[in-house]
Amino acid sequence: MTWLVPLPVILPLAGAGLALTMSRHPRAQRVISVVVLTLVLVAAVSLLGLADRGPLVVDVGGWAAPVGISLVSDRLAALMLSVSAAVTLCVLLYSLAQGLADGDEEAPVAIYHPTYLVLVAGVANTFLSGDLFNLYVGFEMLLLASFVLITLGGTAARIRSGSIYVVVAIASSLVFVVAIALTYSATGTLNLAHLAQRLPEIDPGIALVLQLLLLIAFSVKAAVFPMSAWLPDSYPTAPAPVTAVFAGLLTKVGIYAILRTQTLLFAEGRADELLMTAALITMLVGILGAVVQNDVKRLLSFTLVSHVGYMIFGISLSSQAGLAAAIFYVIHHITVQTSLFLVVGLIERRGGTTSLIRLGGLARVAPLLAILFFVPAMSLAGIPPFSGFLGKLGLLQAGVADGSLLAIVLVIGGVAVSLLTLYVIIKAWNQAFVQDAPDDLPDTTLPRGMVGPTAALVALGLTLTFLAGPLYAYADRAASDLLAQSPYVDSVFSRGDRGVGESPEAAEGTPP
Amino acid sequence: MISTPDFVLVVVIAVLFAGGVYLMLERSLSRVLIGIILVSNGANLLMLVVGGPPGGAPIVGMTPEQEMSDPLPQAMVLTAIVITLGMSAFLLAMAYRSWQLNEHDEVQDDLEDRRLARQAATDQGLRSELGFDGALPATLDEDAAEARDEMALFGEERAEVDWE
Repeated sequence: MTWLVPLPVILPLAGAGLALTMSRHPRAQRVISVVVLTLVLVAAVSLLGLADRGPLVVDVGGWAAPVGISLVSDRLAALMLSVSAAVTLCVLLYSLAQGLADGDEEAPVAIYHPTYLVLVAGVANTFLSGDLFNLYVGFEMLLLASFVLITLGGTAARIRSGSIYVVVAIASSLVFVVAIALTYSATGTLNLAHLAQRLPEIDPGIALVLQLLLLIAFSVKAAVFPMSAWLPDSYPTAPAPVTAVFAGLLTKVGIYAILRTQTLLFAEGRADELLMTAALITMLVGILGAVVQNDVKRLLSFTLVSHVGYMIFGISLSSQAGLAAAIFYVIHHITVQTSLFLVVGLIERRGGTTSLIRLGGLARVAPLLAILFFVPAMSLAGIPPFSGFLGKLGLLQAGVADGSLLAIVLVIGGVAVSLLTLYVIIKAWNQAFVQDAPDDLPDTTLPRGMVGPTAALVALGLTLTFLAGPLYAYADRAASDLLAQSPYVDSVFSRGDRGVGESPEAAEGTPP
Repeated sequence: MISTPDFVLVVVIAVLFAGGVYLMLERSLSRVLIGIILVSNGANLLMLVVGGPPGGAPIVGMTPEQEMSDPLPQAMVLTAIVITLGMSAFLLAMAYRSWQLNEHDEVQDDLEDRRLARQAATDQGLRSELGFDGALPATLDEDAAEARDEMALFGEERAEVDWE
């Protein structure tokens, strides 16, 4: 069944090409996008089941593993793929309904569909990549697509915020390229499994430099303090579905890269204390930024930064409990944050603004909208029984089990930030839904096609609560794989020091 | 055989990085773009240098195995060059669009920074001298809402207030 592995990358890319040729037939484009993303979702969920029996590896082009590029779908990758596929499909349906309702004025759809599919392919490529350079290519694919999406329409506000986003993203990519060059010079390989074997053998000082360079490159993408300032400024101006998919997925791609490299390549955990400190400051700075915001989009962007800190906290513990909690938290946060941004898009339509000063009384005029906001918002704040509570509980338990002073400080900080999130959410709830609006709200109705996907995503978030047992167990097994390293490395080098593939000269010849 | 990299190439890399970083810290998007191109050329050169000593074309039958150069960094540099080309084209388009809209291509301040600047100007009584027109809203909340609405005018090609 290894033929399933490349599908989440190939299908959207082929779909993007097809959609580009159909740029004059919007209806055909919509059909292509929906069909492709549905197929990706099916493939990802199948991989989720198959990867539980052991990682699936494909050596691209038939070149055996350290020579060729491998795509690896282990438990972590499959889990991330499934959630991202579900989220991107919901967001696509939402944006289709928005395009139909607006008459496609605000978004030039001819470009939107191919770009969106390339974004999905890039995200899938980073999750599946078993090679550092291929990881870089995946990053660039999703970044270029995100550049186009964030400046869609080329209005003044989007060009202003987009230019900051683009320059920051390119700068972090440059750091990544330098890290790749130095890694190659130090070890002579870029295959992740091969690096896992060779990096412990090189000079520890050089290994530390490589680790920190990679951490910087990924932290910019994941918006870890002090590399987080670009996020709250650039996300809110994009169209609602674009912001939703960026907030849900793009920072998590950075988190995934940190998680993968810190466990597979640098298992000694020499940056753990640095990561813990960064996690604490990220949580605090993010949530303090959210407290003073009056605009619900910016407010959510700041809470996004703040909650990235929780995931870094889990990774920095380097224990099975910590990693499992971090993985569960990533899954929870992708669904919840995306649904919140979609709901904000609905609020903007209903209330005509995202300013909390001008909104008000929405609970009376749009009770369904209030429910759709309330459920993920409470989950974000970590109120039981929602999935956010379970993720935070796991993180706090892992932190207490770690027992070091810094971990205990982080546990206290985590609780405080959770309470502040609740304060922020309640404040937004009061201002937008309960209090009377200063001026009358416009009298509009929400298109059913936009409410539907949002409700589906909120329901998915609720399902995470009900399925928390099996899901947490899956995350726990993924974490134990990550710590053991051997399932990943052994499946890539299935023939001793080579992978499967037809490169007989390379496989049989004596290495120089 | 242990060989050290060519000194001249290392110096060139250092110069490209230094000049590129300096330009990337500028405010004009076209200078940032030139800086990015310099740094990424430096990074590509770095990748070539770390690929080991130069040698013949890595094709079996054309060069003896011992004299071959490492093909992998060359393939990676090629990929990186293509990616940089795409990024540069996008940034150029963006700088041009920014010039169309604002008659300059400078990276503009964050919303909050602009509010802070306005507040500071008011506090120091410099408001009229710095060219800020209109009365300041009574409360911080109203000011924030006003700044947001100013930014919310998506469809209109409206020049931003120039703070300099």
